Amino acid sequence: MNLDNILNDLQVDLETVFSEQNLNEVKAKYLGKKGEITSLYSKMKDLSNDEKKSFGALINNLKNEATSLLDSKKEEIEVKLLSEKLQNESIDISLPATEIKIGAPSILEKMIEDIEELLMSMGYDVVDGPEVEKDEYNFEMLNLPKGHPARDAQDTFYVKDDELLLRSQTSPVQVRTMLAGKGEKPIRMICPGKTYRRDDDDATHSHQFMQIEGLLVDKNISLSDLKGTFDVIAKHLFGEECQTRFRPSYYPFTEPSVEMDISCHHCKGKGCNICKNTGWITVSGGGMVHPKVLENCGYDPKKWSGFAFGFGAERLAMIKYGINDLRVFYTNDLRESRGFDRKEAN
Amino acid sequence: MIDLEWVKDYIDIEDQDLKELAVKITKAGINIEKVISNHIDNLVIGEVIECEMHPDSDHLHVCKVNVGDRVLQIVCGAPNVRKGLKVIVALLGAILPGDFEIKKSKIRGVESNGMLCALYELGLEEKTEETYSKGIYEVDGKAKVGMDAMKYLNLDDTLYELDIHKHRNNDCYYHIGFAYEIGAILNRPVTLPDDKTNPIKDNIKNHFSLSVETDKCPYYLAKMVTDVKIGESPEFIKRRLSAYGMRSINNVVDISNYVMLEYGQPLHFFDKDTLGDNILVRNAKDGEEIVTLDGINRVLNSNDIVITDGKKPVCIAGVMGGENTEVTENTKDILIESAIFDGVSIRNTSNRLDLRSEASIRYGKGLSYEYTEKAIERACHLLEKYAGAKVLSGMVKHDKIDKTPKIVKFKSSEINTLLGITISDDDVKVELNRLGFPFEYNKGEFKAIIPSRRLDIDPYVNDIAEEVGRLYGYHNLVSTLPSVAIKKGEYALDIKYRKIISNRLRELGLNEVKTYTLVSPKMASSFRYEDKKQITLPLPMSTDKSVIRTSLIPSLLKVYEYNRDHKVNDVNIYEIAKTYDASYNEESKVCMLMSSNYLVNQWHGVNVKVDFYLIKGIVQNILDYLGFKNRYTFEKCELPDLHSGICASVMLDRKMIGVIGKVHPIITKDDIYVAELSLEALMGKVKPIKFKEAPKYPEIVKDMAFIVNYDVTSDEIISVIRKAGGRLLTDIKLFDVYTGEHVALDEKSLAYSLTFSSPDRTLSEEEVMEVFNNIIDKVEKEKGVKLRNK
Repeated sequence: MNLDNILNDLQVDLETVFSEQNLNEVKAKYLGKKGEITSLYSKMKDLSNDEKKSFGALINNLKNEATSLLDSKKEEIEVKLLSEKLQNESIDISLPATEIKIGAPSILEKMIEDIEELLMSMGYDVVDGPEVEKDEYNFEMLNLPKGHPARDAQDTFYVKDDELLLRSQTSPVQVRTMLAGKGEKPIRMICPGKTYRRDDDDATHSHQFMQIEGLLVDKNISLSDLKGTFDVIAKHLFGEECQTRFRPSYYPFTEPSVEMDISCHHCKGKGCNICKNTGWITVSGGGMVHPKVLENCGYDPKKWSGFAFGFGAERLAMIKYGINDLRVFYTNDLRESRGFDRKEAN
Repeated sequence: MIDLEWVKDYIDIEDQDLKELAVKITKAGINIEKVISNHIDNLVIGEVIECEMHPDSDHLHVCKVNVGDRVLQIVCGAPNVRKGLKVIVALLGAILPGDFEIKKSKIRGVESNGMLCALYELGLEEKTEETYSKGIYEVDGKAKVGMDAMKYLNLDDTLYELDIHKHRNNDCYYHIGFAYEIGAILNRPVTLPDDKTNPIKDNIKNHFSLSVETDKCPYYLAKMVTDVKIGESPEFIKRRLSAYGMRSINNVVDISNYVMLEYGQPLHFFDKDTLGDNILVRNAKDGEEIVTLDGINRVLNSNDIVITDGKKPVCIAGVMGGENTEVTENTKDILIESAIFDGVSIRNTSNRLDLRSEASIRYGKGLSYEYTEKAIERACHLLEKYAGAKVLSGMVKHDKIDKTPKIVKFKSSEINTLLGITISDDDVKVELNRLGFPFEYNKGEFKAIIPSRRLDIDPYVNDIAEEVGRLYGYHNLVSTLPSVAIKKGEYALDIKYRKIISNRLRELGLNEVKTYTLVSPKMASSFRYEDKKQITLPLPMSTDKSVIRTSLIPSLLKVYEYNRDHKVNDVNIYEIAKTYDASYNEESKVCMLMSSNYLVNQWHGVNVKVDFYLIKGIVQNILDYLGFKNRYTFEKCELPDLHSGICASVMLDRKMIGVIGKVHPIITKDDIYVAELSLEALMGKVKPIKFKEAPKYPEIVKDMAFIVNYDVTSDEIISVIRKAGGRLLTDIKLFDVYTGEHVALDEKSLAYSLTFSSPDRTLSEEEVMEVFNNIIDKVEKEKGVKLRNK
């Protein structure tokens, strides 16, 4: 009997094996109890001892080779089955994702948080004060005594007689911070918050709006320091190429007072509708804290000086994001505000 | 509005390009909004040298017009056109007001190369039937043919329209004040106008006495002129007033306006005959009446100041004169008033009477006492010159005005520090001279005196720094950063909490909104779950913004409705804002509103709907995030405008800190869930985080279910389980709530999964069963319920 023929037969049989079940049948045919290879062992009893030894080795070899052939066929079938399974599980990856909705900030808050982040890195604390405020803090101590013409224009919502009002500016927070500093502590703070004036709501006015004011009181502070600080803020908000300029202005609580302009980011200073062909957009007002205000709040103007500045949050956001109707901020149309849920790389 | 031709009377600016000058002035702080010029190109003086009837018309003429360098054929329809007449010719290419360009044309077949103009066609007069019937303007025969017509007419004015900041609106909107500003910028002197008179011997004191019985009139000057001849004003006065936008009345009235525009000082002229011999200035009496120059009867009160003749009011001081003493065509003798009244009082009177006059505006802004006197002298001078008046000698005065000069002592180093620049003492001297501020200088110390016209300047070095700075030019400032200590900026405590909660809510998928603090009474009256009185504004702008809200829920509901109406689905929003009650107590609130779906992927069948348990999860997440785990509970209750069965108060350490629930179906048919928490209540102390090891020994999990009455809450059962379970019971989870088959109608089945473990050993089945049975026993006994399927 030719042992080699058995292996050849096995190989031929395996060629038509495609499933695990077939494979088991083939396996039984050769390696089962009565299988062709197994039954070879029964022939050994007629042989001499020497022959037994060599024949035994041959059968063992044969058995090992057959097992190895069957194993590799088994692996082949498994790989094929798995690949068929994966093929069946294939999906259309273009179908819509399950959207994980993270909430968007209000546009104004995003604007404010942007400035807060920058100014906190420059050592400014972020503080807050009451919206129902004393007339004294909103006006009197800021060099706006009763009867001051600027009070007419402010047109304030009074809450109780002429003592309490809805603050018309966030400046009373500056007063409160200075009073708390007791004329001894240097001050670096910003106070973003809601303010109220008697304006009818339209595209450019709102009876409720938000200011972001800053105050720095220390030794030897100059208007040039305000210019430098404003430069940093302007570049942070509108890009490195943003230019700035100061123009003389007037506020009762600062002296000297300035209006702070940025070069029009839209036309790069060439002149367009947005900057009314001037190349410049006014975004802020400020100046050196008026010595009367310092005095009123317990800081000796001979020793201390400081600057203050203020932004309208709505105006900044309108310029920065290209919004042309102020009411957008208070309508809260989610189709608009959801677009603000993303990082801006500067 | 400033007329630059007029300003030239006081300062030499003949060499200046007025557009460039406007830029310089704006840079130095007076904002010139607009430079207006009457100039029209291609407009010249011409002479009609031939004038024939048009062959095809009964009213048109065909003229030959000499315009200097050539003769043009022009067809003209004006009735007054005639040979020898000097006229204003608009040449081809001239653009007249209304963007009307003159082009070569044929009028009924005859060529016409220009247009002869009437003043209304040049925008110099109103078009009325009267001006139209006058026809074309007849130029003076002496006019030189070919010269620029506007220049000849002296109408070639340049006007500056100013947007003056409030601190300079008291000196820069009159011509002399403005001349001083130009003087400072160009470093040139200002010459004041002639105010000399030739007074007659007769003294005003022989005719007139003054008394002032109010402290709201610190300064009152009066002079008297006689024998005025009322007539037309001289041309220059007419033109300047009209450029400013004032109509010429007659020489006398015009002079009072003219001087006001020169010095900023309003004057009032009384007809001396109707006035009598006395003036008494006093506070008005309540209910006192006067008919003002505009013919309206005005009722006064004690806050107003009146000028009286000793008995009846003749003028509302600083606002408007009375009809009873008005200057008329028959007036002969005039009493001139030049005074200073309390600006705030004038402003209040003018606002209350809704009567804003040129005078009241100026009083409201403040006046220089030096110009009060200059103006009255100047008026006398002009009346003498242009109205034939005789000026009486002497002046009647009430003088209680504070004339103490404002003096600033400073060193240039102080200015340098404030501005961050380096200028020398000599530079400062130059600047002070330019400004016209007299000063003394002694060893580095300046002592500057502020002229009375500069009411905006306070005696502080900051004010001098501003003047120096704006002339020095802010564009010359070099940017520096303050040299201050390095430190970290921090959020104040309440803001820090606001940010933490805000960020967490955004992470949880809620969109931030911003709504109004002021709400309508209807909004304010809903969701009043607290016992708080509200603030209603005493003087709201409108009722829909008249109450300061105590809850944000109504505002968020409005945002929801807006979005729903605009087909925006899944409105999940929050706001953190301050509220105030009637005792002015502030409370910041965190409000959430959720609707429709929380997580959705329709084609895929993913749909997490918003319901009570979802918003409860949001609230719990916030509370857990802040470190309040196991310190809060939700207690079912009834609250206004919330669904009576789906509504609870949120308790933290047994104190109510907010509400949660479904909006009552009476308010909206939509399924809306809201929650509102007090921010202050969330700012409490919490324990620091500590590491907790995962259980090392196997956990044993066992389930139990109870049949309970429908009204029994799961929390009640759990609290009994927890107590009975002791230390070995480490977790309880409700995993099923069942009603239906095998459970009575008024009952439900609650199924719990209990986890037992010990940190130091493996528990035996026996000891777990002992605890397990004890729990069942306790729940059955204490809550009177049955274990299910036992």
